[in-house]
Amino acid sequence: MANLRIGDKAIPFKLLGVDDKIHSLGDYPSKNAVGVIFSCNHCPYVRAWEDRMVQIQGDYAGKGFQLIAINSNDETKYPDDSFPKMKERARERKFNFPYLWDETQEIARAYSPERTPEVFLFDKSLMLQYHGAIDDNYDDPKAVKNHYLRDALDAVLAGKSVSMPETRLVGCTIKWK
Amino acid sequence: MKGLDIRFLYSRECPSYEEALQRLRQVIKEEGIDPSVEVFEVETREQAEKLRFLGSPTILIDGQDIDPQPNPQYALTCRAYRLEDGRISPLPSVEMIRGALRSAIEKRS
Repeated sequence: MANLRIGDKAIPFKLLGVDDKIHSLGDYPSKNAVGVIFSCNHCPYVRAWEDRMVQIQGDYAGKGFQLIAINSNDETKYPDDSFPKMKERARERKFNFPYLWDETQEIARAYSPERTPEVFLFDKSLMLQYHGAIDDNYDDPKAVKNHYLRDALDAVLAGKSVSMPETRLVGCTIKWK
Repeated sequence: MKGLDIRFLYSRECPSYEEALQRLRQVIKEEGIDPSVEVFEVETREQAEKLRFLGSPTILIDGQDIDPQPNPQYALTCRAYRLEDGRISPLPSVEMIRGALRSAIEKRS
């Protein structure tokens, strides 16, 4: 179970990104919403949702949203989740958001996500407003009925309460060392 | 048709196995095939190697993976299927399952 409850403050981090720069939660003080997604390369659920992650960042960037993906998986057991492979994936899929490497799993231990992908959406004050899945259909983007993250973003950006602040996670388990 | 050896292999860590099994059973029913499916939960790397488990879910028909890989790596992991439209999914498509069943039937006739 995640270590954050709705209304909790985001846990800070400083992690290396695929651009070879250090990224910090504090880099985005002017953002109206920040979405931290625990992600990885190998998980087919992430791969099914990846394009939608890019689309969401693209659609909401102009409204002051920043998505940040973090890979915390054990790369020795899952070599597809290695840092070089992360760089390749970000390039191939044209990630328009930071993709960060939690090599020691320190940030994963702090947040305690269970799955990839797993979304933590924070408001302007970095308070958690939504936790869960990106939407309700990993298999077919055209068959999505509930756009959980988009709906949560719309609410947060409008200063309203999120109607479904927690949703069921679907994805691969975090690969702990 | 009777006699196809259909095996469904899964790992409990991957959440969509029940949906995949349901999908397999549905296609078997639509094709009028003997509905017997052996279901195996794969729990160790040794089992993954022995059962030729490419990840969850894996469907073998007469010993043949429905989506054979050129360099198979047997592992306890969730499996990524490339669908007909190029997308990646944790589930094989109905078309992939149906195609594999029909191909197995053809080989037998």
